[in-house]
Amino acid sequence: MKDALLEVRGLRTVFETRAGRVCAVDGVDVEVRRGECLGIVGESGSGKSVTFSSVMGLVKSPGHIESGTVVFDGRDLRGLTPREMRAVRGRDIAMTMQDALTALNPALTVGEQIAEVLEAHDETLPARGAARRTAIRNTSVEMLGLVGIPSAETRLKQYPHEFSGGMRQRIMIAIALACRPKLLIADEPTTALDVTIQAQVLELISDIRARLGMSVALITHDLGVVAEHCDRVMVMYAGQVVEEGPTAEVIGAPKHPYTQGLLASIPRPGLRGQPIHPIEGQVPDLIGLPPQCRFYSRCAHRRDACLTPVEMRQAGPQRRARCILIGEDEA
Amino acid sequence: MTMTADTPVASESIFRRNLSNFAANRLAMACALIVVLFAVMAVFAPWIAPHDPNETDLFRRLQPPAWIAGGEWSFLLGCDALGRDILSRIIYGARISIFIGLAVIFVATTVGILAGLAAGYLRGWVDILISRLVDILLGFPYLIFAIGLMAMMGPGLWNIILALAYKEWVIPARVVRGETLVTRELEYVEAARALGASRWHIMLREILPNVLSPVIVVATIRMAHVIILEASLSFLGLGVQPPTASWGSMVSDGRAFILEAWWVSTFPGLAILLLVLAINVTSQGLRDAFDPRFSE
Amino acid sequence: MSLLKVEGLSKHYEGRDGIFDRITGREKTVVRAVNDIDLTVEKGEILGLIGESGCGKSTLGRAILRLHEPTKGRVTFDGAEVTALDPAQMKAMRRRMQIIFQDPYASLNPRRTVAEIVGLPLRLHGLAKTDAEAREKVAAICARVGLKPGQLDRYPHQFSGGQRQRIGIARALVSHPEFIVCDEPVSALDVSIQAQIIALLLELKREMGLTYLFISHDISVIGYLADRVAVMYLGEIVEMGPVEEVLANPRHPYTQSLMSAVPEVDHAGRRKRVRLTGDLPSPLRPPSGCKFHTRCPLATDACGKIVPKTETVGPGHTAACLRLAENLSLLEEVPA
Repeated sequence: MKDALLEVRGLRTVFETRAGRVCAVDGVDVEVRRGECLGIVGESGSGKSVTFSSVMGLVKSPGHIESGTVVFDGRDLRGLTPREMRAVRGRDIAMTMQDALTALNPALTVGEQIAEVLEAHDETLPARGAARRTAIRNTSVEMLGLVGIPSAETRLKQYPHEFSGGMRQRIMIAIALACRPKLLIADEPTTALDVTIQAQVLELISDIRARLGMSVALITHDLGVVAEHCDRVMVMYAGQVVEEGPTAEVIGAPKHPYTQGLLASIPRPGLRGQPIHPIEGQVPDLIGLPPQCRFYSRCAHRRDACLTPVEMRQAGPQRRARCILIGEDEA
Repeated sequence: MTMTADTPVASESIFRRNLSNFAANRLAMACALIVVLFAVMAVFAPWIAPHDPNETDLFRRLQPPAWIAGGEWSFLLGCDALGRDILSRIIYGARISIFIGLAVIFVATTVGILAGLAAGYLRGWVDILISRLVDILLGFPYLIFAIGLMAMMGPGLWNIILALAYKEWVIPARVVRGETLVTRELEYVEAARALGASRWHIMLREILPNVLSPVIVVATIRMAHVIILEASLSFLGLGVQPPTASWGSMVSDGRAFILEAWWVSTFPGLAILLLVLAINVTSQGLRDAFDPRFSE
Repeated sequence: MSLLKVEGLSKHYEGRDGIFDRITGREKTVVRAVNDIDLTVEKGEILGLIGESGCGKSTLGRAILRLHEPTKGRVTFDGAEVTALDPAQMKAMRRRMQIIFQDPYASLNPRRTVAEIVGLPLRLHGLAKTDAEAREKVAAICARVGLKPGQLDRYPHQFSGGQRQRIGIARALVSHPEFIVCDEPVSALDVSIQAQIIALLLELKREMGLTYLFISHDISVIGYLADRVAVMYLGEIVEMGPVEEVLANPRHPYTQSLMSAVPEVDHAGRRKRVRLTGDLPSPLRPPSGCKFHTRCPLATDACGKIVPKTETVGPGHTAACLRLAENLSLLEEVPA
């Protein structure tokens, strides 16, 4: 069970903009194991979403992948032709977007949109005719039932705008799951939703993951979501991974000053009356970054040694962090 | 420290950024230059034109352009049925076309902005009144509407401007109303209300600057239309009265001799084509630079 | 005496009815966005207003400031009846009551520089005699919220979200108001920036003696900074009281489920989840009786028929639920 389903090494994705070259993802390694839920945490501009659109081969111009390997289930995805890549998307790896209203096609019914995915990828369907249509309908009804949408038969004939925000997110998950992918990439699946609905959707994802035995990469900015739903977590900052490890360990004893600051920034009822300690300053401009620790300008522990490139260091049996302080505490 | 807004950046307004976008578009810049050349030609017509546009010379009746046998280089584009120099008349005609175009667009845009702002921001009966009026005016075919008005008011420079502006204001009014409806719901408008700003302040200082870009774009596109309409009215004899040179009436004058003296109609026709084309390309460049939503 | 007193405040939106509806005599559709709200805010306190999207919390904030004219009810500020002021008096009152918006992108006019945006209240209320004085006041408040003097002549699009929110705060504070409606001021910001803005708002409150109505959907934020909290559901306040008391002992099943739904870093896996079924009902056709009964795990038949009255359940703590007397709780601590 512990072997890697997705293995990304040294991924570098750059965007050529008018203002200059933006290295949105800079030397990122990701490992998603079979059956696990990996949380990817970061603020806007951390590169968490770009990392996974790179994996999907969906980086939009003016961006492109400069280097790195993406191995999924033993296959090198970067070596695939666009046609082969299309076959992988949707069938083996599926992705849900943050904004379900714009991600769904407003002109097609929900049923038609699920059918589209099945038509494209499901090889177990009967070749043609009524049998094929019935099979597609049955699978669609089953998928809506799986994501907890009642009276699926009638709901299939409705359009996206006839559903509430939470329901649309469920529909997107249903479409993503239609071909039973091995990996579901959920990009901020609940950011646009209310807390009570968010809880429903997250539990749904956890449930389905357990039932179908798939892996989930959950991209979020909310450490609370990660704490409750992810086995392992990866913290990103300014295009790099700064810390990774088992969720409980990382949240219980963060090693990187950024993770520490992020945890200290969360307002909690338990801290009433005490001053909050925000990380000062803001994320650096990704254009023309000097080759140094990216958190340098905001870090309370900064020193001259941080002005050289900092690599990931082993910080425990399953933990790594990108900080020169690692290893010093043991000394 | 490398922080986004701490590094010294020149203060750059959206307007200036758009303008530099426009400057980067070479084709549009070239066309804008042509428009400027036409304008310069119109303003300095007395110094540029080789001859008096109204001086008749029956010995030069229908004289061909210089490069055809029988032509002479001092009458480059030839002469019309009364022996008047066509090039000089085109140069003077630019004055009429551009002046009427600018005047109509200026009047129409001013009225249109005020009507659109009032309808879009105040809503209620003001909106109903203005919107219905707009719908009614849009129901009339433009040229027939203008012909009818000209027939009632009689020909003349100011009457043409009035006749065209009567309907032209509808276009910017609709654009401004639509933009205002969107902008009024934005939080910075609400913020101004929360600070105690009056309706006038909100309409003129908060909303107007933000709806101006599409209006500028529309105004340039419509300017080309107005120039064609003026030419059409003049062609029909309802425009400026002879002997004043106007491109439309010049095309009309040449109709009778189009086979034996094609140059009489063709050169003023080309002038209309060139100016209208240049204005259209310029406005498209403006649209791409100012309103990325509409491009493609 | 309370600084702000709201009595029976309602804001209803009437649906458009066409000529056809009028002829056929069809009933007008009415959205009761805010329905018969009573609350008070004491001088110097932070009242947190919490609820999900569509519950009417933002509309309530705007109705108090008369940015949306209330349909019914009365708002009294420092002894003056805000809802009865004429336009000139209202303009003067606006100097004392301000608002900070959620969206740092939509709330600043893109065509104006920072100095113009922040200086607008001074101009509107004639608070600076000369341009130089206005500039000085603008520079002072901008420096206080953490903007640099060199940034005053820049345009909003040249700033990040957090800095834009600082500009919005400067604009709200430059006229030295007493009361501020903070309408989800940190919801659109990244976690580390959110903490900066919360810290700034708390400092400013202390220094300038401000009173906040703090609207949020985030119970952790409210729990951290508010003194009292009001929980809204479908246009009504279902529970209100001192924040520590309400969080420790929530009495309304909606408050309880709201608290259990928040994913917490500390409590990971320790608290049993209350699973609410379904979505927020449409405010066009709100449920009869208790509006929460369609989603409430504790609902009985009576809940669909009887509208619960607001009852006092502790010192300063009120709730509106038919089953309060039974002392039920959806929240169970699961042993760690």
